[in-house]
Amino acid sequence: MAEPMRIRATMAGDVADVKVLMNHPMETGLRKDAKTGQLVPALYITTVTASINGASVLNSGFGTGISKNPYLGFKVKGAKAGDKVVVNWTDNSGDKNTAEATIG
Amino acid sequence: MKQKIITNLLTGMVGVGIALGAATAHATPEADRQALTKYFTEKYPNIKVDDYVFGALAFDPDSMSQYKAIMEFPPYEADIDKGRKLWETPFKNGKTYADCLPNGGKQIAGNYPMFDDAKGKVVTLHDAINACRTANGEEAYKVSDMKTMGLLTAYMRTLSDGMLMNIKVEGPKATEAYEDGKKSFFSRAGQLNFACSSCHVQNAGNRLRSELISPAIGQAVHWPVFRGGDNLVTLQSRYEGCYKSVRAISAPQGGDKLNNLEYFHSSLSNGLPMKASVFRK
Amino acid sequence: MNALRRNVLKGAAGAGTVAVAVAAGLLKPTLAMAVAPRSAFDTKNLADAMSGLGSAPADSKDIVVKAPDIAENGAVVPVEVISSIPGTTSIAIIAEKNTTPLVAQFDLMGGTEGFISTRIKMGSTALVRAVVTAGGKNYTTAKEVKVTIGGCGG
Repeated sequence: MAEPMRIRATMAGDVADVKVLMNHPMETGLRKDAKTGQLVPALYITTVTASINGASVLNSGFGTGISKNPYLGFKVKGAKAGDKVVVNWTDNSGDKNTAEATIG
Repeated sequence: MKQKIITNLLTGMVGVGIALGAATAHATPEADRQALTKYFTEKYPNIKVDDYVFGALAFDPDSMSQYKAIMEFPPYEADIDKGRKLWETPFKNGKTYADCLPNGGKQIAGNYPMFDDAKGKVVTLHDAINACRTANGEEAYKVSDMKTMGLLTAYMRTLSDGMLMNIKVEGPKATEAYEDGKKSFFSRAGQLNFACSSCHVQNAGNRLRSELISPAIGQAVHWPVFRGGDNLVTLQSRYEGCYKSVRAISAPQGGDKLNNLEYFHSSLSNGLPMKASVFRK
Repeated sequence: MNALRRNVLKGAAGAGTVAVAVAAGLLKPTLAMAVAPRSAFDTKNLADAMSGLGSAPADSKDIVVKAPDIAENGAVVPVEVISSIPGTTSIAIIAEKNTTPLVAQFDLMGGTEGFISTRIKMGSTALVRAVVTAGGKNYTTAKEVKVTIGGCGG
């Protein structure tokens, strides 16, 4: 069970500025464990979706090249303060995580 | 501004107006700090002293902009939360760190290291934390253990963000410890035969291969750091790392040698604001 | 056919126009619409990663790839893509010399602007390339990011 995502969503004019920090090791499968010398298995977020008040705003695919503890920033025109942002991710092991925030 | 690429560091002691020990009867830590500040500001008149807290970043806008981008939403926030949990969880006897540290542990980091006259030695913030632990029936943390002392202070030190470094050196024994730290700072070590000053005084602002060198003033205020956004390093771990880099065997973390070095080194940053748990490369 | 073409040409950007174009057989639904197939993310071949994003992109001055000149740490390189091409529906980020070059692809809808900010891993100095889809076509611009192995970092 992964650590919770952090979402910050604020209005800048009529554009919602959404910043998300996910908690995930984003292992590429190419890294060797320092102690055992064995390859650490690939474990990485593969899809991220976001919606505002239930309407999809973002649908994305990640490869292994996104940094550990992925950061994502996007902007949605027409959103309003008080709207609900929901972000979901899934990783290659099937693990999932969801978080929501209200646009401030 | 072109940076000198140095492949052959010059030998020699510091020519910045600082002397060791009894050589100058009127030398004080404050005089040392001012002499060093003057040396740096004359060398780099366009860099504000306030920006020395950013170290090498103050000399390179490309690096600074990456720092700002990462600091906007640091990837290690969850680690700081782990530290917060360590800080807030009571000891077995029900007491907390806030109960035994001055001011509940808030806005105190800039006072450490301090010289404890009763103990006759320098006491670091980590020592104070361990004293709190043992006084409440808990085992002391190993100061070099990032999973315990590292994480705890990654949170706890943020309670002192904004506080100005405020190291006091009063009395002959304290002065002796300060001078011992100063001596370490200016003494060559390791197979590469570099002193801290070789890089961080004589070559601050220059490049050593790809690395921009930070000035000694402003270094001690911004610890621990998260290297690459996830590798937690405390100040004394960094001392150990530097000694390894010059291929020296480092004195142990938490021992008198490195505590005295931290005492001197922190004093150089007096008057500058603390900020814990920052990003570095 | 003419009426449909007129709709496609005069319609605003977004799913509506693209849907019409798809229905009219003017656009293959797999191209420039959905998130790239997993194979595009897993491939080590740059050309295959690029073709997973649809048709070959044209260079565009209306895309800004904001990334450092020299990465502080290749594990966490801040990258922003800002597209001022009207009707941007998708942004993809490629690090050309990464083992698997396709780093991420973002489909934008429901008012989301042509802007993505993220942090990527880079193994070596390379072009960081943005591929933007707008109006059913692909556009691109790239910026070189140098990656060094730190000296004293430890």
